[in-house]
Amino acid sequence: MGYFLLRRSVGFILTLFAVSVVVFAVMNVLPGDPALTILGLDATEDALAALRDQLGLNDPLLTRYWSWVTNALTGDFGVSHSFRVPVAGLIAERLPMTISLAVSGMIFTVVLALVLGIAAAANHRKAGDWGIMFVSQLGIAVPAFWLAMLLVLVFAVNLRWLPPGGFPGWSDPVAAMRALILPTVALALVQSSVLARVTRSSALEVMRQDYVRTARASGFSRRRVLWRHVLPNALVPIVTIVGMQFAALVTGTIVIENVFYLPGLGRLIFQSIANRDLPTVQALVMLFAAIVVTANFIVDLLYVVIDPRLKARA
Amino acid sequence: MTTRSLSAIAALGMALFAAAAQAETKLVIGLQQEPTSLDPTSDATASIDGMLTQNVYESLTTVAPTGDVLPQLAESWTVSDNGLTYTFKLAQGVKYHDGTDFDSADVLFAFNRAMAEGSTNPSKGYFKPIASVEAPDAQTVVITLKKKDAFFLFNMAQGDASIVAEESVDGNATTPIGTGPFKYDSWTRGDRLTLVKNPDWRGASGVQLDKVEFRFIADPAAAAAAIMSDEIDAYPGFGAPEMLPQFEADPRFSVNVGSTEGEVILAMNNSKPPFDNIEVRRAVSTAIDREEIIEGAMYGVAVPIGSFYPPHGSAYVDLTGAYPHDAAKAKAMFEAAGVAGTTMTLRVPPFAYATRSAEIIQAELAEAGIDAKVENVEWGFWLDEVYKKKNYDMTIIAHTSPNDMGNFARGPDYFYGYNDPKMTALWDSISTEADDAKRAELLKEGQKYLSDQAVHGFLFQLPQISIIKTNVKGFWQSSPVLFQPLAGITVE
Repeated sequence: MGYFLLRRSVGFILTLFAVSVVVFAVMNVLPGDPALTILGLDATEDALAALRDQLGLNDPLLTRYWSWVTNALTGDFGVSHSFRVPVAGLIAERLPMTISLAVSGMIFTVVLALVLGIAAAANHRKAGDWGIMFVSQLGIAVPAFWLAMLLVLVFAVNLRWLPPGGFPGWSDPVAAMRALILPTVALALVQSSVLARVTRSSALEVMRQDYVRTARASGFSRRRVLWRHVLPNALVPIVTIVGMQFAALVTGTIVIENVFYLPGLGRLIFQSIANRDLPTVQALVMLFAAIVVTANFIVDLLYVVIDPRLKARA
Repeated sequence: MTTRSLSAIAALGMALFAAAAQAETKLVIGLQQEPTSLDPTSDATASIDGMLTQNVYESLTTVAPTGDVLPQLAESWTVSDNGLTYTFKLAQGVKYHDGTDFDSADVLFAFNRAMAEGSTNPSKGYFKPIASVEAPDAQTVVITLKKKDAFFLFNMAQGDASIVAEESVDGNATTPIGTGPFKYDSWTRGDRLTLVKNPDWRGASGVQLDKVEFRFIADPAAAAAAIMSDEIDAYPGFGAPEMLPQFEADPRFSVNVGSTEGEVILAMNNSKPPFDNIEVRRAVSTAIDREEIIEGAMYGVAVPIGSFYPPHGSAYVDLTGAYPHDAAKAKAMFEAAGVAGTTMTLRVPPFAYATRSAEIIQAELAEAGIDAKVENVEWGFWLDEVYKKKNYDMTIIAHTSPNDMGNFARGPDYFYGYNDPKMTALWDSISTEADDAKRAELLKEGQKYLSDQAVHGFLFQLPQISIIKTNVKGFWQSSPVLFQPLAGITVE
C-alpha cells in the first residue's frame, strides 16, 4: 500500500509538471497579445509597449516559466493579466460555484443511474427495461447545451418554476438550490444515462452468478438480493465509469456555466483564454488536471474498499 | 411613558412610513460583455464604459445623444481665438465617493497620468495634441494644445479621460472611486455588478434610481430567457436580431433599433496584391450586395453604408449607390485585373455580425469568380495575426469609435495597409477645423474620397438593439459614445 501511494504521488507530480509545460508552451505559441487584448484597437504603440513591460511579457520565455514555477511552489500563482488581482483569489471566489455544480451533478448522476440501472436489470427484457433503455439512449444522444436551453424555455420562461440562470450564492440556501436544479439536470443527464446502462449490464452479469441463485434459493427477497448481493458485486465497473464521469462533469461545467451564466471556473477559463491571460489559464488548467488525477486516485482507492481481493494485487 | 420615548416612537413610525412611501427603485440591466477590470483609463473593454463612465466616474465634459458636448466636472470653458488654449472652470464642492475633495489638482493628476511616458491609457492618442496642463487655482484648469483639435472636447468626455484621484487610482480596477451620480457597491465577478445612488452628487435630486444592478449574460439565448422571465429590466446591447419578433410581440417590452458609431467593413489588405490594385477593390465593392448581407446576416435590422461615416451623423452623404451590385460586371473587372479564379482568405473574428456576413460575402464573391476561403478565428488570434501582423487578405470588423475616419490616415503600419498622402492631409484639415459647417464639408469630401478609392467594402452601420421594459424610460436609442448615463433613467 505504501509503495502504491508513493507511485501515485510521483505520478501526480509528474502529470502536473507536464501539464504546466504544455499550457505554458501552447499559450505562448498561440497567436495573441494580452496587451492588445486589454488596450483595444485604438491603443498607441507606446501604451502597448508600456503595458507589455508592466505584465513582464518582454522577459525571455524560460525566465518567465522559471519564475512561475518557483512562485507556484510557494503557493503564489501570480497576478491575472486582465483582472489585475491575484489568481488564487480569483479562483477561490469561483470555486464554490463549480464545486457545488459538479457535486450536485455527481449525486444526481449516481442516484438516478443506480436506481434506473438496477430497475432495468431487475426487469430484464420486460417493458420497464425497454423503457429505461430507450430513455437513456435518448439521454446520451441529446447535447447538453441543447437540453439546457430546452429546460430553461420550459421551466423558467413558460412555467416560471425556476430561475433561468445566475447563482445567488450560498447565503440564501433555498435560492441557491433552486438555481442549481436546471444546470445540474442539464449537466448530469448524459452522464447518468451512460452510467445507468453500465449499471444495468454489470448487474445483469452478476445476476447470472451462482451465489445470486443460491441467495434467492435460501429465501432472501428479490429486493434484498438486488441491493445487498448484486449491487456491491457490480460496483467495480460502475466506480471506474463514475471516476471518469467526475472529470467529465468538472469540464462539462464550462459549457453549462456559459448557458446558465453561472460565475464559476468554467466561465473564468473561457474568458481567460480569450483574453490570453496566461497566469489565470495556467493555474486553472493545473487545477482541473489536479482534480482529474485526484479523482482517478480516489477511484483506485475505492477499488480496494469495494473488492478486498484487489488488495493483494495492489 | 416619557415624552422622549414617545417622540422616538413617532420618529420611527414616520421613518417606516417614509420608507414604505418611497420604496427603493432598482433597475436590472443585462450586459453581453463581462469586464475584467473596472478602470476605463487602463482597459478598453467597452462594458467598463457602458457601466461606469459618467455614472461612477466623471470627465471634464460629457456628451448628449446627439453628439453635442455638455459640461460635466467643468461647469464652463472658454477657448482662445487661436483655438489652442482651453480654460475650464470646475464645478465647486464636488467630492469623490471616498470623501476626498475634487479640485484642479485631481484634473492635473489624471491628465499627467494619462500623458506620462509609461501610461497605458487605451486612448492615449486623445492626449497627444496636449502641450501643457496647468492649474492656476483650485477651480481653474488651463489646457494648451500643440495643434488645433476639433474633437478635443468630445474626446475629453470619454471614459479614458475620467478624472481619477491620486488617493484612489490604484484601487480603481476593483473598487472604482469617482465623483459621479452613482457609487460602486459590489461586484461578483462573472455574475453581477451593483451601483447605488450617490446622495451627495450635485444633481442628486433629479436622479430617480436608487440601485442599478448589471447582470452579465453573454449567450444571446440565455439573455433572451432572462428577459422573458422578468429577471432583467433592460438589455441595451442585444446581439441577436433574429430573436426580436418574440419581444416585439410582447407588450411588456419595447424594442428599439438605434444606431451605433460602428461601421462594419469588409476590410481589404491594401498593402499587398491583389488589393493594392484599386480596380480589384472596386470589383469587390461591385460584387457585394449590401441588401442581401443585411437581410441574411442582420435579419434586415441595419442601415447600409457606402463609406466610412455613420448615417445618423450630420455630415453624412449617401454613397451606397457608388458601386451598384452587379456580379457579371464584377466578374469582368476581376478578369480584366487578372485575378479571376484566385483564392483569397477571409479571416473573420468571432462576432455574429462578422461570421454571418462572411458566409454571404463568400457566396457573392463566388458568383463573381473569386474563391474566398472563410477562416473563423478567435479574437486573440484576430488581434495578433490580422490587426497587428497584417497577415490577411480580407476581414470583417466593426469600427465602434466615434470620429474614426482618421483610421485612414494612420499610415502603412495600420492593418488597412492604406497609405495615401491625400487622405492624410484631408484628415489633418478635418481634425483641426473648428468650424462645424466647414468641418462637415470636409467630412463629406472624405466620405466621397474613401468611396471613390474603394479602400474597403463598406457594408452597414452596426445597429444598437435594445429590449427594455415599457415602464423604464430614458435609455438612449442611439449612442455616439460607449457610455449610457443612468442619472436620467426613470421607472414608472
